[in-house]
Amino acid sequence: MNQPLNPQRRPAIGMGALFAATLKRDLKLSLRRKSELVNPLIFFLMVITLFPLGVSPEPGFLAELAPGVIWVAALLATLLSMDSLFRTDFDDGSLEQLLLSPQPVMLVVCAKVLAHWMLTGLALTLVAPLISVMLFLPAEGVPGLMLSLLLGTPTLSLVGAIGAALTVGLKRGGVLISLLVLPLYIPVLIFGTGAVQAAVTGLPLDGYLALLGALLALGTVLAPLAIGAALRISVSG
Amino acid sequence: MVEKKKWLPRWFYQLASPRWCYQICGKLLPGFAVAALILLLGGIVWALLFAPADYQQGNSFRIIYLHVPSAILAQSCYMMMAVAGAIGLIWKMKVADMVAKSCAPIGATMAVLALLTGAIWGKPTWGSWWVWDARLTSMLILLFLYLGVMALNSAIESESTAAQASAVLSLVGLVNIPIIKYSVDWWNTLHQPATFTLTERPAMPAEMWVPLLMMVVGFYCFFAVSLMLRLRNEILRRERRAGWVRDLLLSK
Repeated sequence: MNQPLNPQRRPAIGMGALFAATLKRDLKLSLRRKSELVNPLIFFLMVITLFPLGVSPEPGFLAELAPGVIWVAALLATLLSMDSLFRTDFDDGSLEQLLLSPQPVMLVVCAKVLAHWMLTGLALTLVAPLISVMLFLPAEGVPGLMLSLLLGTPTLSLVGAIGAALTVGLKRGGVLISLLVLPLYIPVLIFGTGAVQAAVTGLPLDGYLALLGALLALGTVLAPLAIGAALRISVSG
Repeated sequence: MVEKKKWLPRWFYQLASPRWCYQICGKLLPGFAVAALILLLGGIVWALLFAPADYQQGNSFRIIYLHVPSAILAQSCYMMMAVAGAIGLIWKMKVADMVAKSCAPIGATMAVLALLTGAIWGKPTWGSWWVWDARLTSMLILLFLYLGVMALNSAIESESTAAQASAVLSLVGLVNIPIIKYSVDWWNTLHQPATFTLTERPAMPAEMWVPLLMMVVGFYCFFAVSLMLRLRNEILRRERRAGWVRDLLLSK
């Protein structure tokens, strides 16, 4: 977006180059606003802090609660950051230009979701071991927690992007997006916490990870279609 | 020139026009209303007074005569909403959008009814109002999906955009339907397996399942009546600027 486009001699851009360019642009734009970047992480930490204070600080009880709490907090943190995914592009009109480009929208959408995931889902996964210490999660559970988050959070980003695309044209889409997306998050939550609990009790967790991977595969194939359609509807409306 | 053979009757194509759809629904309405009334009244009297009591659960099992039909209908209604939404998205048919919009509140009501009757039945049988069982949870998700579709529909001002957006959302939510359907087979949970299957005879005597079948068919007829009433309302509301609606309203 930095170089002015020359209408006479437009360079033909391949799909891979488009993907890389969108990814780079989104990462660059997000990294410029560092405070917005850490907001989901701070939110994640704060929600985690509420549970020992609100429920019980007793280590044994917290350890039992930890898989669910960490997953719910990660889910809410992803949701919180979702609204801004297409918002700025929609406001300044670049989203419309992206939709008008001859390349498939799915590709652009995939790059944007990947950029979003790298800055939220991946970050949450990396912070998770710290949180698990705060909640007295047994050390055996930590690899399971990180693996399940690594496989589960991209699905959260993909599904959340559908909600973000549907509500991007609305003035206040914040609450609505959670209403739309939370029911669809429930399967990921179930298998994610299942994986952590299996890891804590020493049971094999490949079944849960396989299911999370299946959800991710399904999401990667179908969600970009839905996101593209939703974006077209929102922009034309 | 060889005339192309029509493989669908003419009225089927006419359904796509709001005006004709309004009239066709008006013609079908009394028949479905009578059928619904007879089936529901007959079914409920038979079910509550004459069907034999269950040998284990006694009389408390009789609530399945409301529970099973409403649960079946809640899922069928979602399917219909999603299919109508897809038709509206692909062929840009206004009537399909209106059908999808009219389906949502009916389906949400049916989901609430199924959850409520399930809870009332669960209290004496399982000993608690609610169990976090796969079937119950997936039914609750279905209710949330209905509510999400309705919320999205009312949040967007432009009617055609609202219809398209809710169609996309209902298509995405479609993944939940097989999960509800097969949750009792996939997970070994508290909820018993399906009462009716198309391929096998029901595992209960005819005096018990015939009234249930009547109730199911009656619920479908009731759904048709309620959908057509809502659809006619919606057509009038959206087409209020059309000449034929003005004529219709002035002639009354």
